[in-house]
Amino acid sequence: MYRYDEFDHSLVKERVEQFRGQVARRLDGDITEDEFKPIRLMNGLYLQLHAYMLRVAVPYGTLSSKQLRKLADIARKYDRGYGHFTTRQNLQYNWPALKDVPAILDELASVEMHCIQTSGNCIRNVTSDQYAGAAKDEVEDPRIISEVIRQWSTFHPEFSFLPRKFKIAVSGTEADRAAIKVHDIGIQIVTNDKGEVGYQVYVGGGLGRTPMIGKKIGDFVPKADLLAYLEAVMRVYNMNGRRDNLYKSRIKILVHEIGAEEMQRQVEEEFAEIRKTGALNLPQDEIDRIKAYFADPAFEDLSDDAAELDAAIAADKGFAHWVKNNTAAHKKPGYAIVNISLKPIGGTPGDCSADQMDAVAALAEKYSFDELRVTHEQNLTLAHVRKADLKAVYDALKAADLATANVNLITDQIACPGLDYCNLANARSIPIAQEISNRFADIERQHDIGELKINTSGCINACGHHHVGHIGILGVDKKGVEYYQVTLGGSADENTAIGDILGPAFTEQEIPDAIEKIVKIYLDTRQDGERFIDTYRRVGIQPFKENVYEAH
Amino acid sequence: MAQHTRKGAKEQALTANRLIDGVVVYLTADGKLSESLQDAEVAEGKEAAEALLTRATPFVDANEIIEPYLFAVELEDGRIRAVSVRETIRQAGPTVRLDLGKQAELADVHG
Amino acid sequence: MKLIKNGKFVEQDFVAVGADDALPDGAVIVPLERWEAERDSLITRNTPIGVKLESGQHPERIREDLDHFSVVALDFPIYRNGRAYSYARLLRDRYGYEGEVRAVGNVLQDQFYFMVRCGFDALEVQDKITPEVFEQSVGAFTYAYQPAADDRPTVMSLRHRLAARADEARAAAD
Ligand code: HEM
Ligand code: SF4
Repeated sequence: MYRYDEFDHSLVKERVEQFRGQVARRLDGDITEDEFKPIRLMNGLYLQLHAYMLRVAVPYGTLSSKQLRKLADIARKYDRGYGHFTTRQNLQYNWPALKDVPAILDELASVEMHCIQTSGNCIRNVTSDQYAGAAKDEVEDPRIISEVIRQWSTFHPEFSFLPRKFKIAVSGTEADRAAIKVHDIGIQIVTNDKGEVGYQVYVGGGLGRTPMIGKKIGDFVPKADLLAYLEAVMRVYNMNGRRDNLYKSRIKILVHEIGAEEMQRQVEEEFAEIRKTGALNLPQDEIDRIKAYFADPAFEDLSDDAAELDAAIAADKGFAHWVKNNTAAHKKPGYAIVNISLKPIGGTPGDCSADQMDAVAALAEKYSFDELRVTHEQNLTLAHVRKADLKAVYDALKAADLATANVNLITDQIACPGLDYCNLANARSIPIAQEISNRFADIERQHDIGELKINTSGCINACGHHHVGHIGILGVDKKGVEYYQVTLGGSADENTAIGDILGPAFTEQEIPDAIEKIVKIYLDTRQDGERFIDTYRRVGIQPFKENVYEAH
Repeated sequence: MAQHTRKGAKEQALTANRLIDGVVVYLTADGKLSESLQDAEVAEGKEAAEALLTRATPFVDANEIIEPYLFAVELEDGRIRAVSVRETIRQAGPTVRLDLGKQAELADVHG
Repeated sequence: MKLIKNGKFVEQDFVAVGADDALPDGAVIVPLERWEAERDSLITRNTPIGVKLESGQHPERIREDLDHFSVVALDFPIYRNGRAYSYARLLRDRYGYEGEVRAVGNVLQDQFYFMVRCGFDALEVQDKITPEVFEQSVGAFTYAYQPAADDRPTVMSLRHRLAARADEARAAAD
């Protein structure tokens, strides 16, 4: 894991002091709310429906046990004993008091964490693959370049007042677990025919009111030039992005309006100029220095043969389900990747109690080299667990109510906070996810249905990624009543797609039945081995349209 | 913010968040702030509502509250009821965590 | 409005004139359109001249004329509109402009640091800004991660310097 040196510490500490002064000025009345609001937003502090909300950055989703324990402490001491993991791999507290925030930031700084650039129209926390460093087919660990980008983008003087927020995601494998094509910039680490590692760059993806899939404008950006290239994209956007209309200010609109080719031309031109100065050239020794932080932990030489594990699987059906769904192949023999579902049946997607955080921290410490990941699907990951330890990990997770064996199944849903917490919401999201979860609670049935992602957002801002859910649910407000619009066929992986609208919206009461019908049509239509999304791609929306509204 | 004000609503109350801790408060008839919707002053008609907004200004100027606004309410059996789902949730707490928010802290709140 | 130049509070030295205002004697800052329309006569004036670019006016439009300007004023119509940060960097880094780059408009205290790093050496600020506030704001951070138009060393270069020094010390100890 990356560790702060004196420079990183100094910047974060100075930021805390700066904000402490600003909060004091605000509480004393020296500055008005109008002046303070942009400042608090730059520090991740929003005002929600019931209280303030503080968003803590988890850079590229990586946490140490110590950091997670600190997050648990803060939840107990300053909040209501829980936190919410988000689709941007961050953590949100829902109830902090303004007067306590400087103290919270101090505590975070003590474990090398902060809330810098978790809000505002700047470059936000860089997100990445939760399997980084553990995935089999990885070209290079994406956290290395994510850390480089984190540093370059932190307090960037030119890009702190962009037309709109800016999100960057990095993937080091062909399988995309970071949803890079729905980010303002998506970076795919690739190898060229000479065997050199470099970057494919996508720009202009995004969700929200106008969902768009990123366009590839950089085919192979050499390692040393990545920051120069990113600076070029940012400058073109900063100068030309629209500022007259909030809904048209993301880079996706610029790319859409001028076209990907023109965008590419402008970026290339700017890139050539920046490159000439050499100021942003990234020397190999700097890459190596950061790379060293992400070197493999001390893996043991193990064999993949796991007779004991097989016996345990045979003896415990619950464990068998969990191994099947919640673990994934690791690059090292004898190891597995463990996904911890934050989607208990009927629970709030992404919520995690302080006690659960402590339990996970203990497991990470004991079984996964002291480190864990947050996923953009609002789950947690222990990246390096010995297969021989899986049963012990499972038992401990079960004791902490964290062993729901549903990763990638229909009850592993993404949901934004919605009207239960959010100031901007049109409708509630969490109860919808809960009702669906309860309806499909039976694990055998979930298995039979197979991989199916349902994503729910409480308004068009799409924090719940509804556009890219295999089934997407969007809350809308019709004359003060909550309604839900359903889309089908979205996907956020390497075959990214935006879902198609099914038809008229449903009421809260109708939604579980509608989902039930959609699932039934899939089950009746699927061919051997087809996932929901495969069937949908084969048959299209028509059979669903025809049958879901039947006899309504 | 789709749901808060309904144009032409006859009865309205005023809500804001307390600066120091973000807690939701309502403006009362005796010119104080209360955490309970039941203590809110209900203004009937446009003029009274505007007067209510004006009366919130000193609290803003004194840095006690932020983001004050009016929202529609109804009187039902002597109780004040928010009209929209949004304001109903705001005066009670998250519907998915009945142990949190005003519903858990104040005696007289229901969803 | 107060004017800060290179960290010092100074008297207003230029008069900003509108598109149709009569030109006073002495130093003036004119809007870009006026420069473009009246370039020939403005050049013959024997007093310093500045030009002001609005948020949509790319400095490319004055690139060839930069020698004529003592000041380029870049407008922030609202603090959220950060285009001028890029304009300032182009003026400094790419066009090599060495005259004054002045921030005007909605210039807030918490942005001084960013502005100075992007190459602004003059800021038109609210009256309530004091030298202490200015110092505190510009000096908010000891280190900077990324290169910009100021000549601060980046954290990366400082790290390398430290590492080199450590190597030397090691070599000397051997
Ligand atoms: C409750 C406080 C929140 C507020 C006020 C908020 C606000 C917004 C807004 C205004 C947008 C649209 C931006 C645009 O299209 O330009 C947005 C998008 C988004 N938010 Fe949130 N959000 C909140 C919570 C969350 C949470 C909890 C998550 C994660 C679960 C999240 C993740 C995202 C994502 C992934 C997008 C869409 C990404 C995109 O368009 O590129 N936000 N949010
Ligand atoms: S999608 Fe809308 S309702 Fe949900 S968190 Fe985002 S802004 Fe709030």
